[in-house]
Amino acid sequence: MCTTCGCGDGGQFHLHGHTHGHSHSHGPAEPGLVAVETAILSKNDTLAAANRRALAGLGAFSVNLVSSPGAGKTTLLCKTIAALNGTPLAVIEGDQQTTCDADRIREAGARAVQINTGKGCHLDAHMVGHAIDDLALVPASLLFIENVGNLVCPAAFDLGEDARVAILSVTEGEDKPLKYADIFATARLAILTKIDLAPHCDADLDAYEANLRRVNPDIEVMRVSAKTGEGVGAWIAWLRRGLAAKSLGQAAE
Amino acid sequence: MHELSLARAIREIVEDEARARGFRRVLRLRLEIGAFAAVEKSALAFAFEAAMQGSPAEGAELEIIDLPGRAHCYDCGEEVELAGRLAPCPRCGGERLRPTGGDEMRVKDMEVA
Repeated sequence: MCTTCGCGDGGQFHLHGHTHGHSHSHGPAEPGLVAVETAILSKNDTLAAANRRALAGLGAFSVNLVSSPGAGKTTLLCKTIAALNGTPLAVIEGDQQTTCDADRIREAGARAVQINTGKGCHLDAHMVGHAIDDLALVPASLLFIENVGNLVCPAAFDLGEDARVAILSVTEGEDKPLKYADIFATARLAILTKIDLAPHCDADLDAYEANLRRVNPDIEVMRVSAKTGEGVGAWIAWLRRGLAAKSLGQAAE
Repeated sequence: MHELSLARAIREIVEDEARARGFRRVLRLRLEIGAFAAVEKSALAFAFEAAMQGSPAEGAELEIIDLPGRAHCYDCGEEVELAGRLAPCPRCGGERLRPTGGDEMRVKDMEVA
């Protein structure tokens, strides 16, 4: 039995206690209208808040990496792990099937937990909570959560991360942020990847940035090539700033 | 595709409420869904019917109330309602808009028996 979410081993989760002060049935109710006013994803949000508290207690900085399949999340992560040599970090990999990505991350020298969602199209806070438990993070770690490659469904699910980072490769088309606005509107940072390919596919990087800011005027944008290493330094510096702020917050408590 | 996850979460809310309040059947259930909530309403309606099988809300009528998107306009400084993510500011025509509401997904109420 899990202490955070109350689930059995790998089963459905149920939070105990009720928000409206009833812990037991009052017998048959009068027919009529019952006001509920409950967020559909309230249980996910409660578990996400628990993940956020657990990570804050460790002074860990976590990012939720979202993108379409094939944008280059895992390749960028492998490069990131090499560049962060010495910083404690761990990776949660979400895919429908296979352990290919977790295997690549482990080969790159980092600890990784693979979540297979089966037919599921996104990670949720429940899965991530168990993965965090399995990883037994050391204090002041970076935690990378690589979501299922999907620009739609992950937008709705808070995982308890500090920042959502959207990854967009320059082969996908400048209009991608406009087509899938929800995911880019909720990201703090967008990374344009594969910029070494930009000259070969007539990609207009300024148009990518303009469209990202059209759906999210506050978004930070970085241009990166995991292949050549261009821009990786700025991404590493961004991660180190986030981790420093988070571990300071933990030290202050 | 995540609409099935949403429908299952609605079922859990229905079952929790039925236990706590002691009703057996839900005749009608009303949701509030914001314009920016990334929900395909027809997919949610389809998933709802499937996910409620065997629950107190099996066969219940589903009503979805649309809530408007809201945003802060960096150009005119006002809070405005938006028809969609890519709509310009209805007051000044500006296109630098920070969404401030419209991602709601709530079970509003249920008519029970």
